[in-house]
Amino acid sequence: MFELISPVFRHLYESTGVNFVFLYDPYEYGRFVNGVFLTIELGICCLLLSVLIGILGAWAQEARSRILRLLIAGYIQAFRNTPPIVQLLFFYFALGALTPKVSADGYSIPIISAFDWAVISLGCFGGAFNVEIFRSGIEAVPHSTREAGEALGYTKSQAFFYITLPLAFRFCLPALTNNLVSLLKTTSLAYAITVPEVTLVSSQIWSDNLNVAEMMLTLFIFYNLIVAMLAWAMHRLERALKIPGYG
Amino acid sequence: MVSNIARPRYCAALALLFLFSFWGETVAAPNPHFSPFEALWIWMPFILSGFLLNLVMSLLAAVLGTILGGLLGIAQLSTSKVICSSSVFVTQVFRNTPWIIILFAVMLLVPFELKLGTRSLIIPDWLKATVGFAIPVSANVAEVVRGAILSVPSGQWESSESLGFSKWQTLRMVILPQCVKRMMAPWMNAYAILVLSTPIAAVLGVHEAVGNAQQAMEALGARTSLLVPFYSFILVLFFFYIYPISRLTLWLERRYAVYL
Repeated sequence: MFELISPVFRHLYESTGVNFVFLYDPYEYGRFVNGVFLTIELGICCLLLSVLIGILGAWAQEARSRILRLLIAGYIQAFRNTPPIVQLLFFYFALGALTPKVSADGYSIPIISAFDWAVISLGCFGGAFNVEIFRSGIEAVPHSTREAGEALGYTKSQAFFYITLPLAFRFCLPALTNNLVSLLKTTSLAYAITVPEVTLVSSQIWSDNLNVAEMMLTLFIFYNLIVAMLAWAMHRLERALKIPGYG
Repeated sequence: MVSNIARPRYCAALALLFLFSFWGETVAAPNPHFSPFEALWIWMPFILSGFLLNLVMSLLAAVLGTILGGLLGIAQLSTSKVICSSSVFVTQVFRNTPWIIILFAVMLLVPFELKLGTRSLIIPDWLKATVGFAIPVSANVAEVVRGAILSVPSGQWESSESLGFSKWQTLRMVILPQCVKRMMAPWMNAYAILVLSTPIAAVLGVHEAVGNAQQAMEALGARTSLLVPFYSFILVLFFFYIYPISRLTLWLERRYAVYL
């Protein structure tokens, strides 16, 4: 496919000066494609971790232990009211300096890489919002439904996983879509800790080739595309999970 | 509002953040220079002056973004197809693009000085960053304004039409005053998100809180024992500013809830 589009964009550059170098130069193309794949990987990992933290946190908010409830509340307030980029820098620089290093032929590399710290930090950031979203979904499940579960002999955790959670998930899906789209956009902040995702790779390409405007346009198009794809996928999920009687 | 500050959740969050700060002190290696907390105390005014720039940037961007966003939101409801579709397009593009990329675009593509004849006017970097933040804020505010206008019952439009108001008069005198109440809580939320995004400008070299803290750590010899206290201080600083705003947002939501 690259061989097909390469002469088109090389001709475009030579005739008009509009330089989409990553579409006709094989080295830049390779770099850009690696960046795109890493961005998608980062996005998927962050979204999954944040949904997992959201579900666990929402379950822990109904726990009997007061300390656990206070801990979750403290975690939510701390991660919602502080800047995500400072959280990223804190996790990577401050906590990264405290993690052990593995030696590799004479030099040592940290055991948790920049990509891993980005996933942990952004997953925790997204998870804090998701806990509130899942809690609102759980509270929207009618009391009568939960009491019916109790009457049918479900234990507390069985009722949570088989009765409450499926309904709560369907109720909170629109708000969850909003939050996951926002988290996908926030993953671009991993630029600050030099995760080689598409923003950093584009900055490297425009430093080498001085085509800032073209790379900016590419980034705009790329992020709008993946946000549109995520929103479309979540809407399909909403339609597929639709049950009669709700919405 | 004051009693909220003593609530357990606030204390729990503060405790978590301070725990990180004290942890930095205990794992600090012994050295003849300042201890991390002495260093933080000495450099605190410098970091706080950077935080002031953060607040100034956020207030200017909020004002600019609200004005632009209001116009954009009203334009989305226009009957002219050209205005309507172009403003919808602009809003969607700037809502779906990450803030750091819009900031990059503004800071790298806008020249750093304007040449007026022989004189040149230097555009400071924080001003470009402010405009860079105002753009996504305006897209978010446009959605808030559009939602508020659409939530006013259509009976209001019809009765003003029957009383002889033009469309602009209706908007100005009947609809928008009713929208102010509905817009307050989402607008405060957008402002909180804006303040939490202003440290992104540090990536591009603006000397605000994070940039100043990083410079302070460099000046102190870039010791790893400084990292936890300094970054925790910035987190606590933003927390002290944003938590009351988020409580105010909740209170506004409850006070100005519209029941139809």
